[in-house]
Amino acid sequence: MDWTGSSPDERRQMLAAIGVDSVEALLAAIPRRVEELPGIPDGLDEASLLRQVSELAQRNHPAGPGKCFIGAGAYEHAAPAVVEALISRGEFSTTYTPYQPEVSQGTLIAGFEFQTLIARLTGLDVANSSMYDGASAAAEAALLAIRYTGRTAVVVSGAMHPEWLCVLRTYLSGVGAEIRIAAPENGRTLLGQIETCLDGNVACLLIQQPNFLGQLEDLRAAAEAAHAAGSLFVAACNPLALGILASPGECGADIAVGDVQPLGIPLSFGGPYAGYMAVREPLVRQMPGRLVGMARDAQGRRGFTLTLQTREQHIRRERATSNICTNQALVALAATIYLCTLGKHGLREVARQNVVRAHRAAERLQGIPGVRLAFDGPYFNEFVLRLPREAGDVCRHVRERSGIWPGLDLGRFWPEMADCLMVCVTETKTREDVEALRAALEDALQ
Amino acid sequence: MTDIPLIFEISQPGRRGWQLPALDVEDAPLEEMLPAGQVRAEPAELPEVTELDVVRHFTRISALNMCIDTTFYPLGSCTMKYNPRVTEKCARLPAFELHPYAPTECTQGTLELLHGLQQMLCELCGMHAFTLHPAAGAQGEFAGILVARAWHEARGERRSKVVIPDSAHGTNPASARLGGYQVVTVRSDERGRISPSALREVMDSDVALFMLTNPNTLGLFEDGILEIAEIVHDAGALLYLDGANLNALAGIVRPGDLGFDIVHVNTHKTLSTPHGGGGPGAGPVGVAEHLAEFLPGWVVENDAQNGFRLRQPERSVGQLRAFFGSTGVLIRAYAYLRALGARGLRENSLTAILNANYLRSRLRETFAPHVDEPCMHECVLSAKNQKKRGARALDIAKRLLDYGFHPPTVYFPLIVDEALMIEPTETESKTTLDAFVDALLAIDREIDECPDVVRGAPHSTPVGRLDEVSAARRPVLTMPVNGAME
Repeated sequence: MDWTGSSPDERRQMLAAIGVDSVEALLAAIPRRVEELPGIPDGLDEASLLRQVSELAQRNHPAGPGKCFIGAGAYEHAAPAVVEALISRGEFSTTYTPYQPEVSQGTLIAGFEFQTLIARLTGLDVANSSMYDGASAAAEAALLAIRYTGRTAVVVSGAMHPEWLCVLRTYLSGVGAEIRIAAPENGRTLLGQIETCLDGNVACLLIQQPNFLGQLEDLRAAAEAAHAAGSLFVAACNPLALGILASPGECGADIAVGDVQPLGIPLSFGGPYAGYMAVREPLVRQMPGRLVGMARDAQGRRGFTLTLQTREQHIRRERATSNICTNQALVALAATIYLCTLGKHGLREVARQNVVRAHRAAERLQGIPGVRLAFDGPYFNEFVLRLPREAGDVCRHVRERSGIWPGLDLGRFWPEMADCLMVCVTETKTREDVEALRAALEDALQ
Repeated sequence: MTDIPLIFEISQPGRRGWQLPALDVEDAPLEEMLPAGQVRAEPAELPEVTELDVVRHFTRISALNMCIDTTFYPLGSCTMKYNPRVTEKCARLPAFELHPYAPTECTQGTLELLHGLQQMLCELCGMHAFTLHPAAGAQGEFAGILVARAWHEARGERRSKVVIPDSAHGTNPASARLGGYQVVTVRSDERGRISPSALREVMDSDVALFMLTNPNTLGLFEDGILEIAEIVHDAGALLYLDGANLNALAGIVRPGDLGFDIVHVNTHKTLSTPHGGGGPGAGPVGVAEHLAEFLPGWVVENDAQNGFRLRQPERSVGQLRAFFGSTGVLIRAYAYLRALGARGLRENSLTAILNANYLRSRLRETFAPHVDEPCMHECVLSAKNQKKRGARALDIAKRLLDYGFHPPTVYFPLIVDEALMIEPTETESKTTLDAFVDALLAIDREIDECPDVVRGAPHSTPVGRLDEVSAARRPVLTMPVNGAME
């Protein structure tokens, strides 16, 4: 394909205006030029391209509707059709960071609405207009706490998503911060463990809700413990679960972070997703990322603009609060449209359905001989089953026989949990889907 | 004049926009499943609107945006080229919708595509290996800095400094700082380039990395690059290419052949994945062979027995975000590269250079070039003469909005007085470029004829210039639940 803009004749006219015979004449200063790149195949017309990419897509074998019970940080939820339709508008997708607010009110209004929605969901004062993803948002929250408190250690729950923990280690490696892990027991972070880890050197305590194992943590107790040590409390919350769960703000969190993927964002083999970050007001000027604020023009008309930009890299350079620049505006827009369409009652209902369907499914699956719930604490839409056999083998068997992906084999992260299967049941799973899963698991365990 | 309403201002109690599937399992009171302390006291105050309310609201506000689909958008250093719709169609093929932990044997098509993208990027950049993991260019920079740190540490060295030109993007020093490095600035010379002698002065055995944008943010090729590479390597440091301006080099020269050890690619620039109003992008990072085992995330490998699979490099610096990467963006980048092929990529770069030089040749007598010589894919002009006559770069930018053009980047690079940084890209026609030049020349005349019109611009946009100082002094960042905005 060729998407260049001018005709051969127009190109000749432009070359003449510049005063050269060819563009190559402008490249003399470039050494070691190449004419060919043999490792890149010849270009394709549109039809051939679509055929080639479709053939690749056909080599995938998605589970199909009602058959994927894997969650573990990326969740299958139903999104209203309007989400994709609206974010596909070129007015949103082919524009950039709103540096010129007069001609970017669409992006800015949507950003302000996103900030407001996240602030209301989290029960905190202010949210930014998105981060790369939940994991990097959690890491940036820890860096924020380190800057704000002047302390150099971070306490994090061992029941946090293991990949998020990896990201935290990477992000904190530059500043040389110490990471202390509060070990979980029975699937939840122990208050005693938290208290042992906390001291006057700890910038923040970071806990995920629901945690990686699906269990609900006691955020209020964690917040109290953190504050008693003079540390900030960071809650990493699934935003869809906040449709029904107590908000981090009401539990005493100073910062809430998370990934908006559960808000109807496609799984897309890991991304693009988007992170969110909300804080109490005193922390605003330490926040990373773009912030949209309200402003007035000379005629008194209300408008929106990027604000508090002196925190950011393009102004503050090495003294910026973060290196983040382009982030995930279009994904945040998708989450905004999702939240608006579901609305106040819709979000609560979908969160409630997740709770009910997951609990009914857990009851049914526990009825299989030899299968029991690994933990006895409360959970949202995901739970861990202990199986009488290795979960990896069971997953393979179930998939081969029924096409169902029954959940995540926790041996992937912890060898000692190789008999643990983590199952996620959202509003996308019907009674029949769960019955099919039960039958397939029973068959595999016979 | 009424303000454009927010979705919260449209909301009416009891309106619904979405219907859930009926609950086909036995219901139970929430208290039986969740302890009271875990349940939210009140539902969050989300809007209550119908589906049509949503469609109309977001369609209406979308129309308040300038975008590539409607408008020439020569935002320097951002490569606002046309985003082909076919790549969108590719990315939305239903079989690409996979859970990140989907079994490897069910994801072979996606992995083959990602492997192909990796290989094409290696060829394009002359690199040995690529990771597709970073979420954006700045995260790619961070990745590259961590790779450099790990490589030095593996050789038993701890170096403390990263050298960065004064013309660099702000992300470079911010990323270096995040990686724990002290930033040393090297100044551009009167030719707008890094002179080997200036670099020699700041290079010592404590420098881990020199980060260079090439062509630099003045749109000029760093013609001392081979000597620069030698100086950097002689000091035991690594050479990093900020690939923001790769749209000038693709198919013409490979960064690896110039001596770069690490490069990041902004897919939303050179590879035309949509900018999305500020993301999502992706920032793949390529490295020379001696750095391959330090890459973050995963590399896709093809082994004859098991097919395609993900592998974490042995001495990986770790993970920068959860999961493999922004696959949806990467599919678009793959499709774009396959559509163009090497020849198309080269043609793009040549045309981007042609267009920038054409603009430059038509504007250079009116707007002073920072360095008066041919440019690469973008040209940096100065409005310093216009400033003397009463209108600043910002005024000119705002007045361009009235003419129906998105302005160039202004006041960047920081080393140029009243900078106008213009990047037309290859997808624009001569007709559009001429209309843009005509508008700038007309504005230049207006500075003398009707200066207030220029200084008071824009006049035709949904809102006028906003009072950003007051907005930052008393920030209103969310809409209060019950009450007015101020």
